Amino acid sequence: MSARTIRISGPVVVCDHAEQFAMGDRVAVGKVGLIGEVIRLTPTECFLQVYEDTTELFIGEPVTGSGSALAVELGPGLLTTIYDGIQRPLALIQEQLGASILQGAQAPALSRTQAWPFTPQQEIGTQLSGGAIIGLVQETPSVCHKILLPPGLAGQLVHIAEPGEYTLENPIARISCANGQEHPVYLYHRWPVRIKRPVQQRLSPDLPLITGQRIIDTLFPIAKGGTAAMPGGFGTGKTVTQHNLAKWCDADIIIYIGCGERGNEITGVLEDFPQLRDPRTGRPLIERTVMIANTSNMPVAAREASIYTGITIAEYFRDQGLDVALMADSTSRWAEALREISGRLEEMPAEEGFPAYLPSRTAEFYERAGRVRTLADETGSVTAIGAVSPPGGDFSEPVTLHTQRFVKAYWMLDKNLAYARFFPAIHPLESYSEYESDLAQWWEKVSPGWQRDRDELVGLLIAADQLKGIVRILGEEGLSDHQRKTLMAERVVKEGFLQQSAFSPKDRFASPEKQACLLRVIIWRIRALLEDTTPAREAFAKFKLNELIRLKDELGSDETEKILAWQKVQ
Amino acid sequence: MAESSMKDPIIYTQLERIEGPLIALVAALPGIGFGEAVRVVDLEGRIRHGRVALLDGDKVTIEVFQGTTGLAKGSERIRFLGHPITITVSESIIGRRLNGMGEPIDGGPPLTGVALNINGSPLNPTARAYPQDFIQTGITGIDAMNALVRGQKLPIFSSSGLPHDQLAIQIAQQAKIRPDLSGSAKDSEELVVVFAAIGVKHDVAVRFAEEISGRTVSFLNLADDPVMERLLTPRVALTAAEYLAFELGLHVLVILTDMTVYGEALREVATARGDIPSRKGYPGYLYSDLATIFERAGRIKGKPGSITQIPILTMPNNDITHPIPDLTGYITEGQIVFSRDLFRQRFYPPINLPPSLSRLMADGVGEGLTRSDHHPLMEQLYAAYARAEEVRMMTRIVGEEDLSTVDRCYLEFGQCLERLFIAQDITDDRSIEESLDIGWRVLGCLPREELTRLSTQLIETHGALLDEELDQGLEREKD
Repeated sequence: MSARTIRISGPVVVCDHAEQFAMGDRVAVGKVGLIGEVIRLTPTECFLQVYEDTTELFIGEPVTGSGSALAVELGPGLLTTIYDGIQRPLALIQEQLGASILQGAQAPALSRTQAWPFTPQQEIGTQLSGGAIIGLVQETPSVCHKILLPPGLAGQLVHIAEPGEYTLENPIARISCANGQEHPVYLYHRWPVRIKRPVQQRLSPDLPLITGQRIIDTLFPIAKGGTAAMPGGFGTGKTVTQHNLAKWCDADIIIYIGCGERGNEITGVLEDFPQLRDPRTGRPLIERTVMIANTSNMPVAAREASIYTGITIAEYFRDQGLDVALMADSTSRWAEALREISGRLEEMPAEEGFPAYLPSRTAEFYERAGRVRTLADETGSVTAIGAVSPPGGDFSEPVTLHTQRFVKAYWMLDKNLAYARFFPAIHPLESYSEYESDLAQWWEKVSPGWQRDRDELVGLLIAADQLKGIVRILGEEGLSDHQRKTLMAERVVKEGFLQQSAFSPKDRFASPEKQACLLRVIIWRIRALLEDTTPAREAFAKFKLNELIRLKDELGSDETEKILAWQKVQ
Repeated sequence: MAESSMKDPIIYTQLERIEGPLIALVAALPGIGFGEAVRVVDLEGRIRHGRVALLDGDKVTIEVFQGTTGLAKGSERIRFLGHPITITVSESIIGRRLNGMGEPIDGGPPLTGVALNINGSPLNPTARAYPQDFIQTGITGIDAMNALVRGQKLPIFSSSGLPHDQLAIQIAQQAKIRPDLSGSAKDSEELVVVFAAIGVKHDVAVRFAEEISGRTVSFLNLADDPVMERLLTPRVALTAAEYLAFELGLHVLVILTDMTVYGEALREVATARGDIPSRKGYPGYLYSDLATIFERAGRIKGKPGSITQIPILTMPNNDITHPIPDLTGYITEGQIVFSRDLFRQRFYPPINLPPSLSRLMADGVGEGLTRSDHHPLMEQLYAAYARAEEVRMMTRIVGEEDLSTVDRCYLEFGQCLERLFIAQDITDDRSIEESLDIGWRVLGCLPREELTRLSTQLIETHGALLDEELDQGLEREKD
């Protein structure tokens, strides 16, 4: 007796014959085969969240289980592809169905017909454990894909394919397990999205993820394997900042999750990334990127899944010994999807209608980031950077607060900076990073004395902020000459160092060397300015501060010598 | 999907429950679809429309768009139509006046053509073409500072009593593509305007009808029309717009007013359904619901037409953090925010620059699209205006005497910007070049070394404008 739908309420559908299903099972709902997942079981009823629009679904339509949990396919073909929240390849769906995503659209996540050049890395007879590297596939010119034995599978290698071209359908190896059974191994395997992939050991994150954005790298750095949140109201530049990180950070792989965001922005990325070049390899950025797009008008349940789909793919590349950076824009939309589903299940709400498990789910997600020793004994990392969209720009709302507890870098985007078109609009005093002291050593190697320069810069920002409080009451005339010069110096720091235009060809990416040199020159000049006795109104011209502010746009990352030469300019 | 076969017309006559806009009945018929359209004929023969909102075993809950007043539990005739709610569209819809559900109210013949599901289907992001064609609206505060491009959704955040209708009408009248500027835009055909009135006052609707010349389709749900119908009006209008844009290849400008009223209607229905409220009583799915409306703007690769949306919403109590403007801002590609303060000073359009933004501007302006100085000039004007506002705040406390010379320049700059740059006449149709040149002249108020957002090269090229005399009659006003 097969299960039938008995209740339909938007994305939540209930069917009978609950005994046929397990929690988390992937199911096909109705005659068109809408994709869903089991989210609650009662003695008689099975609750499903459906990842597609349920319009025109009837009572009494069949529901069939797949016997396995919602999973993603991991193997060659992931890079350069754009998926929806449940790993359906959007370009392929467009080929099949045209411009709109219709109900029941299905396509394999990885192409079954494309042949990949496989090079074996193991000898027959070797004892292998899960996660071992059995061969290589040069997937894109920038990325060599390591084919892994699925975690959980172990045994003796009894067959391995010769070097050559294979599709995902061809077995490339056979493993004989302890119980005597033989298992074929393919170029890809599946992994359930809600279960984290195993590692050998977690390592402490002590290498910086260089983003090329000065305010992040110098003031509020993030480590490879770290976590960061970027809360900001609308129009504060969350998406642009996330895009900049995706473009310029020095990770090997970028996973970009557009979770409940704008369709046109995703299109913008799709047009930009094939053309932009990775500053390190010179190859198109798209070659190291996997995109997951579940735009705001796409079904809400798939939005909930998109975060997990993304982080599972990130872990898979990490397991190959790569540094992965994952951007999720925006985790608030994911939380709202949780809330919507929870409401339909008539669960008791906690804060602002969000379910009580919001904090634990948030923690679970960010805990999947980290720098690790993989099962194959390589070092890899997943860095997770989540945008948060607080309603009404209120940073005390549940999603922002809970996220803040589970991340170590907090980049608060400020409305007033954005209103002045000061980007990145990261507030220089309200933001923080707990990685700062861990990474200082690394920076000292780039530029001895860096720590002192940086502390001076922070000290100046704090001093200027206090002075501004005085100015607001007494006016600028009430300040001493030295205090006025402090404000002037702050302006140089803000406009000449912290501000960075995404449109400036020479400055959209600043190498660590450029950052350190610019910091050195600016701090050196400011010291001279503050020690000098020239009256404030003449100082701006005397110290060529105007030119100093423009330095960042006029000299690129390969011209650090010229930047340093400014130390000598009188 | 739209032409699914008609079912046997089983007609139900017994309601089990009537509550707010919802009715529930027991229907033994399998094959009632979620979201299916329903027709309810009451005892007096009046037709009401509804939609299946919940299916639970053999119980069906229907939301009735025209309300349930006057419905009794027995003898109403209820028929399931076997398809979701649709609108019939063809090219002949242009010029028609329809009600909020898409039925003619202009005395003309019934609509003919294809029946389309008003909910549409989400557009595949890979099928979208990135909007890049600059639309010249003739309004400096938009063109120079928050440029609109074809396929964008750019709402106006206004308040009651402010001239948002006037601005929308002016945009509809003046908007044009400038093929002479841009290499990518080849044509400059006229726009078709699709106007959706959602719970607006009668005179507002009349005004739009009278003042928007040219090719228009109007969908009117007026303030005294059924509340539930408001949930359909924007969807019906956008379905018609999609047909015109993507089937007929026309460039469509959709004006949706007032989205706040829409949000309130959604709240009313959600409350009746017993949905768990989130902020200010609005349902948790307000964001997703608004997104299914606003995301229906854009262009499709390989198709000539486009849908540009200008939704208008009134911020309750001028509060931009209210859930409706807030969530709208998270979905749309920017926003034009009105200021009551500027309006009181009789500036039209009272565009409050700092919170206004066009997200698609960066890729739609500049060399080969408008002018090479456009983007840096915009950033410089924004930065300087933010400083001017800061100085203004300070002046209120410390007085003008204690200001530095530079700060005084900023004060003057702020006033000039508002009077000469943002403010313009309701018939003033400025070209983008004119708008940008005014921007340079206004920047002339400031010492050159303040212009750190502009490269030295740009300042050299446009230096002459910086030195030009501003309007002589400008008197500085102090408050």
